[in-house]
Parts: sequence; C-alpha cells; structure tokens
Amino acid sequence: MNALSRRIAALGHGFVAMLTGLGAFARLFTAILARSGILWRRPRLTAQQVHFIGNHSLLIIGVSGLFVGFVLGLQGYYTLNRYGSEEALGLLVALSLTRELGPVVTALLFAGRAGTSLTAEIGLMKAGEQLSAMEVMAVDPIRRVLTPRFWGGVIAMPVLAAVFSMVGILGGWFVGVVLIGIDPGAFWSQMQGGVDVVSDVLNGVIKSLVFGVVVTLIALYQGWTALPTPEGVSRATTRTVVSGALAVLGLDFLLTALMFAH
Amino acid sequence: MSSANPPDPLVTFAGVSLGYGDFTVLRDIDLQVMPGQVVAMMGGSGSGKTTLLRAVTGQLPAQAGDITVFGRRMADLRGESLRETRQRMGVLFQGGALFTDLDVFENVAFPLREHTCISEQQILEKVLDKLQAVGLRHAAHLRISEISGGMARRVALARAVVLEPELILYDEPFAGLDPISLGITAQLIRDMTDKLGCASILITHDVAESFAIVDQVYLIGQGRLMARGTPAELSASQDDYLQQFLQGRPDGPIGFHYPLTPAFERWLAARRGTA
Repeated sequence: MNALSRRIAALGHGFVAMLTGLGAFARLFTAILARSGILWRRPRLTAQQVHFIGNHSLLIIGVSGLFVGFVLGLQGYYTLNRYGSEEALGLLVALSLTRELGPVVTALLFAGRAGTSLTAEIGLMKAGEQLSAMEVMAVDPIRRVLTPRFWGGVIAMPVLAAVFSMVGILGGWFVGVVLIGIDPGAFWSQMQGGVDVVSDVLNGVIKSLVFGVVVTLIALYQGWTALPTPEGVSRATTRTVVSGALAVLGLDFLLTALMFAH
Repeated sequence: MSSANPPDPLVTFAGVSLGYGDFTVLRDIDLQVMPGQVVAMMGGSGSGKTTLLRAVTGQLPAQAGDITVFGRRMADLRGESLRETRQRMGVLFQGGALFTDLDVFENVAFPLREHTCISEQQILEKVLDKLQAVGLRHAAHLRISEISGGMARRVALARAVVLEPELILYDEPFAGLDPISLGITAQLIRDMTDKLGCASILITHDVAESFAIVDQVYLIGQGRLMARGTPAELSASQDDYLQQFLQGRPDGPIGFHYPLTPAFERWLAARRGTA
C-alpha cells in the first residue's frame, strides 16, 4: 500500500512539475512577445542574430538538402518507373520537399546546429553572471538578449527551409534528368503544373514558421533555466535537441492533419 | 573626508537582516555611506559581504529593517523606478562578468548604448578615455577570450564607471591582480571617487591595500557587524576579533576550522563502517 501511494505521489509530482515547466515556458514566450518592440527600435540586434543563426546553419542545410534531393530522385524514379510515370518525378520531389521534408528536416537540423549553440550561449552567460550583471546595469536581459535571438531564429528558419527545398529540387533534377535521363521538359512542367502556391508552398512556409517559433523558444528556455554549472549547461543542450526534435515531429503531424485533411 | 555641512547619505542600512529563504546570513546591520566616501566592507570569506552588495543593488530584499539608496527605500522600488535607481549605480562583479559575445570596446560602450543617445563619435571618445584610465586603451579591439583575468577586471572597472555613476560598488576588486595592477587599481578607485564626487563601496578582505584608500571600514563576521570606524581607529583598537582579522593571525576568536556538526560525525561513522 505504501509503495503504491508513493508511486501515485511520484506520478502526481511529475505531472505537477511538467505543468509548472509548461507554465514557465509560456510565461517566457509572452515576456519575449511583450518586449518585441526592440525589433523596430534596434533592428541591428535582430539582424545580427539572423546573420549569426542563419549563416552558420547554411552549410549544413545546403549539403543535407542536396543529399535528400539525390535520394528522393533515386527512390522516386524506381517507384514511378514501375508505373511508367517517371516524368512525374519533378512533381514528387517538389511536393515532398515543400510540404514535408523542407520544413521538418530543416527544423531538426536547426535544433541540432543553432538551437544547441543558443542554449549553450545563454546558459554560459548565466553561469558567468553576465545576465545578472545586465540586470544590475538596469538592462532587461529578456529584452536585450533573448528577444533578438528569438526573432533571429524565427526569421532564419523559413529562409533556411526554402534553401533546403531549393537545393533538394536541384539534387532531384541532377539525379533524375542528368544521371538517369528523364526528359527535362516533363520534369519541370509537371512540377510547375502540380505544385500549388497556396496549399503546398505557403503551408510549408507556415509550418517552418511554427517550427522556428517552437525550436528557438525551446533553445532559449533551456538556456535561461539551465543550472549555471558545466553539467547544467550540457544537460540543457541535450534537452534542447531532444525536446526540440520531438516537438517538431509532433507538431508536424498536427499541422499536416489540419492543412491537408480535405 | 569630513565636510562642513554634511549632505544626505547615499546608502543607509537601518537594522537590516539579510538572508536566503529561511536562512539569515546577516543580522542588525546599520551603516551609512556619504557622498565622496570610499567605504570598505570587510570580513572573512563566506561572511556575507557579497550578500550585502546584492542588497544595495536590490537583487536581494531585506528580511527585516530598511535599506535606503539615493533617499528611496529599496523595498518600494519596482520596474521603472528600480531601473532608474540602478542606472545611477555602477557595479564591478567578482569575476568581471564581461559579455563574452562583445569585444573590449563594446563591453565598455554597452551601458552608453543602452542608456544614452549620444553619437558614435562621443561613444568612441568616452570609452577610450575610460580605457585609458585603466591602462587598456590599446586593448580596445581585443576579444574577451584574448585578455587575462586581471585585464578583464580592469575592463569591468571601466564599464562600471563609464556612465559616471553616483555610487560604485566593487565586489573583490583586488582579487587575482598582480602587485602593480593592485596598487594602481586601489589608487584608481580613490581617484575616480574624488573626481566624480561619487561614493564607492568596496567588498574586500585585502587589509593593506584598502586601508590605504578608504575613509570608513565596516567589519562583518559571525553574522553581524563586528566593528566600524576609520582605518586609524580600527588599527588602534584593542579588540581581539579586530586585531586577529587585521593581522591575519591563525588563533583568536575567529575560528579557522569549519565547526564540527552531527551531520559530519554521522558521515564519518558511515565512511568508517564501510571502509
């Protein structure tokens, strides 16, 4: 009986801890939104972060996009070839990338590349008393440090996803048209005819915006709440990747169901 | 530093108790800091010196008593009024707390960029002037990772005074400095205070260097204020506690050893039992 009640208590404790965490997460989000005026007052701060977060992720995004495009070209060709419709390869590659792989894979890579560095940076700033120094200087660290980083991530994500999709389509074209020899006219015209700007491209952009908000916020939250020790920062960095990836995949299912369920 | 008509004190503690949660670190602290004064808060490590400083900056509310800074009760200050009060202070943190994503110049320029609207040219002049005062004018372009710990402390000092505050708080300004930088820093603190007409509070346990420059000394220990007075008064005092601290003697009322607790005895018994 005692063991059972202990287990129930532990379950309840875990649940309360989870709710408290979610509440703190939501409060940080509203605090950042409330301080977003800095975006207009000092646009340079956000521009620096877009540059920092975006540029440093560009290489990994580009290379990954190229290889995903190669693989899509190969797999797509083998499957479509069975039904004699390999001209639809362009359409298949473009739809897979703009609807799903572009936003999702970019967000996963983003969590691993930019998210971890945001978490570690904020966590180390906290450990080095930089954040409390800022507070004592009458400068709000949420406004000065977190808000520009948040918007930097939110702006960079859709751009990176677009780069990923574009490079991926070129990869699919290279494998399909250059290596295998599909008719280039059919490849491009099928794509042009079959991809809808609103339902495919725009929905993809909306997805990556949502992922940008969630992944960047998770990274900042983990850094902001990290224990100010080497161990605490390393744990927070790991949590950024794990919860960032889970959130992206879970939200992707939800968003896909909402967007394409007709 | 006595004056004919005494002005209002910048900082007043009246019967203040400080601590974290239920735990009280310091009790019944009374102190005053007047404009133009350099005041040292001394005490052994762990005696609560940094806690005292956190109370002045409003990072730690008093458990009892009143803290008044610039004539305003710290307990009443929130949001904008707290920010206004903090803008009138400069703080030198123990580790420097420089922003590692900015270089030396931008670190010192940071308070100017955040709190003033002066031109880029004026920022350049002001920052180089302050860096000159700490001997680091020619290090303005370096990254924080490229400078030594002692240099970082001096950059932090330049940053703390760049807005020419009315009150400057120094948390262990002498720790980790070489003898030359130490002497220069001590003199710098005195000169800066006299030039700006501000007040300085020094958290330190460096007796020789601080006695040379301060007007008033407060010694804390055993959770309370043990002694106060000018350096000359304290040096002449016959108090055992005071003399042990000032002369750094190992034996006397201040114990060197951490006190024996039942928790330690239990731990030791368990260790011996398993060994």
